[in-house]
Amino acid sequence: MAFDKMELKDIEVWDGNFAAAQAMRQCQIDVVSAYPITPSTPIVEGYAKFLADNYVEGEFVMVESEHAAMSGCIGASAAGGRVATATSSQGFALMVETLYQASGMRLPIILNVVNRALAAPLNVNGDHSDMYLGRDSGWIQFDAYCPQDAYDLNFIAFKVAEDHDIRLPAMVHQDGFMTSHTAQGVHTLDDDTAYNFVGDFKPMNDMLDFEHPVTHGVQTEEDWHFEHKARQHNDLMTKVLPKIQTVFDDFEKLTGRKYNIVEKYDMDDADVAVVCMGTSVETAREVALEMREKGIKAGVVGLRVVRPFPFFEIQEALKEVKAIAALDRSSPNGAPGMLFNEIAGTLFNTDTKALLSGYVYGLGGRDLTKKHLVDLYTELQANVDAGKVTTPLQQFIGVRGPKLQFL
Amino acid sequence: MSELKKIKNLKEFSTSADRFEGANLLCPGCAHSIIVREVLNATNDDLVLSASTGCLEVCTAVYPYTSWDASWIHIGFENGSTAVAGAEAMYKALKNKGRLKQPDRNPKFVSFAGDGASYDIGFQWISGCMERGHNIMHVVLDNEVYANTGGQRSSSTPIGSSATTSPAGRVSYGEKQNKKDMVSIMASHGIPYSAQVAPNKWKDMVKKIQHGMEVDGPVFINAVSPCTTEWKFDPKDTMLLTDLSTDSLVFPLYEIIDGHELNITYRPKNVVPVEEYLAAQGRFKHLFKDEYKYLIKEWQERVDANWAYLNRREEARV
Repeated sequence: MAFDKMELKDIEVWDGNFAAAQAMRQCQIDVVSAYPITPSTPIVEGYAKFLADNYVEGEFVMVESEHAAMSGCIGASAAGGRVATATSSQGFALMVETLYQASGMRLPIILNVVNRALAAPLNVNGDHSDMYLGRDSGWIQFDAYCPQDAYDLNFIAFKVAEDHDIRLPAMVHQDGFMTSHTAQGVHTLDDDTAYNFVGDFKPMNDMLDFEHPVTHGVQTEEDWHFEHKARQHNDLMTKVLPKIQTVFDDFEKLTGRKYNIVEKYDMDDADVAVVCMGTSVETAREVALEMREKGIKAGVVGLRVVRPFPFFEIQEALKEVKAIAALDRSSPNGAPGMLFNEIAGTLFNTDTKALLSGYVYGLGGRDLTKKHLVDLYTELQANVDAGKVTTPLQQFIGVRGPKLQFL
Repeated sequence: MSELKKIKNLKEFSTSADRFEGANLLCPGCAHSIIVREVLNATNDDLVLSASTGCLEVCTAVYPYTSWDASWIHIGFENGSTAVAGAEAMYKALKNKGRLKQPDRNPKFVSFAGDGASYDIGFQWISGCMERGHNIMHVVLDNEVYANTGGQRSSSTPIGSSATTSPAGRVSYGEKQNKKDMVSIMASHGIPYSAQVAPNKWKDMVKKIQHGMEVDGPVFINAVSPCTTEWKFDPKDTMLLTDLSTDSLVFPLYEIIDGHELNITYRPKNVVPVEEYLAAQGRFKHLFKDEYKYLIKEWQERVDANWAYLNRREEARV
């Protein structure tokens, strides 16, 4: 039975979950193997309803755990077709073993990750703990700041991941509840335009090609393991970002919506910059404009691609600023935050004299308020004025009790 | 329709072209390769196979080599069943969408896993696959121990067996728990076919595998796989041990259709005492000390009770 196309308005009011589900429908995925978890559940529910209403033609396998969900995705992807799923938090943590297997086997699976805190204590709200947990797993990681991004980045993710030069799985991250459950206007693509952008799935080493049997998931020890991992890393380091840029360019030509590997806002003449991800980027942009009215030349840098880490793009974005705040929405648990470390790594060995400080914020869905950011920019300006970091290198924002600061 | 092999005799069977190469790293005398060949030999249809992490996997797909002349996947220890279930879902999707490269084929989806990967760590994944009704076959290579990692107990390890994590010692007779009854558990999912097989009874096994490949829906097969290394017997005696396992009724051969119709498929003419089965293996050596001989008696009673139970079920058609 042929599936039906769906008529969409040019602008629909969708939350991030439904935007992702709609993008998955339009990509005509062959197999979705999934398990529900808050706050990503509506993606899977939305997809199931599309199936029930004949808007989807593929197989939908509701399995018994997130580990099985990704296991099913791996088997389906190795068989040779378009595959995607969604998860959050504990489910993501349960999937971690298979995330490494998916990327090591070079299977272009798309995983929508609706970011949520990791227990204990149990918490259903958004932070970036799950995103950070996946950062060494060999996946490409895109970061959406709003429902529009969650929609667009799905198409982009499929086009990048399935390219035969890439063949790596990709995650599209969005903030739990803040993006996933907040309805906004989303500019849509019609079904044909969306599908044609992504294109037909082109199988490679597919198990269902019986004339060419393949062996997936071999054993390697000290003789070959390193070469496989090195090759994967090499492709992540050298091929993925150029490919993403090409697809961003294609997408802009199609839609007029421009994405950048590193998003820069008011950075041309900025003295002080906040580097952050997710919904915090939009809050910071608003505050940066207000700071400019107060005479502080504030800017914002948002990561659009978390992995592979845009080393040179970050270096370039920050080379002229005088003070930088790295905002990490995940407990580093005994170290500087990931963004702090990555940014420090990009700037080391350069001529910059920028002052770098780190902030941990928003754990378990705690709000990052405009007031927090006003104080933060003010601190950065004080650092600039003093010519040194005047605070400890790591501070916690918005946590109750005595001020927490380290290093 | 699928294409099942018609095999007349053992010579023809053993020389039948198959898709599992003799070039592999399994121990001499390992029953795994015999079972795998018997399963693969049951059909001429295309195969999509998986192996969970374990002896079979590490011995047959060591890069840059493979022993598999059929599509094959390994993901992890627990999820081999779900790997072929995912592939089977993709087959259905591409068939519906008219995108199969060879649309006239009738592939069979088979996952192989050890008892550790099936009774223990992969239990949930297999249960999920059985419950969802994938058209797949899961074959347990049941050697009653984590053989690949050096002989640790699994929930398939029988009472009195000395395993490295339940060793016999001055004050212990080894494994304390009885073996889990996986065939019944899987049959309780209401799947169309589940069965216990043994490589020595190859005609029985081929018949069951072929039946399993013909039915629509998930199939569970438990195959006894005597392990020369961990059961501690001479590699030349694998078939002897298999004979002892079936003829002592420690491994009775039967099938359960649609979760409730039980048929015993092999009735030994001369039932061998369980003691003979135990005595042939080093893992039970300590049971022959005076203080543990009561366990041998209990073993026999347990096997007798299970055989009576299977017979009652067969008679009652439940």
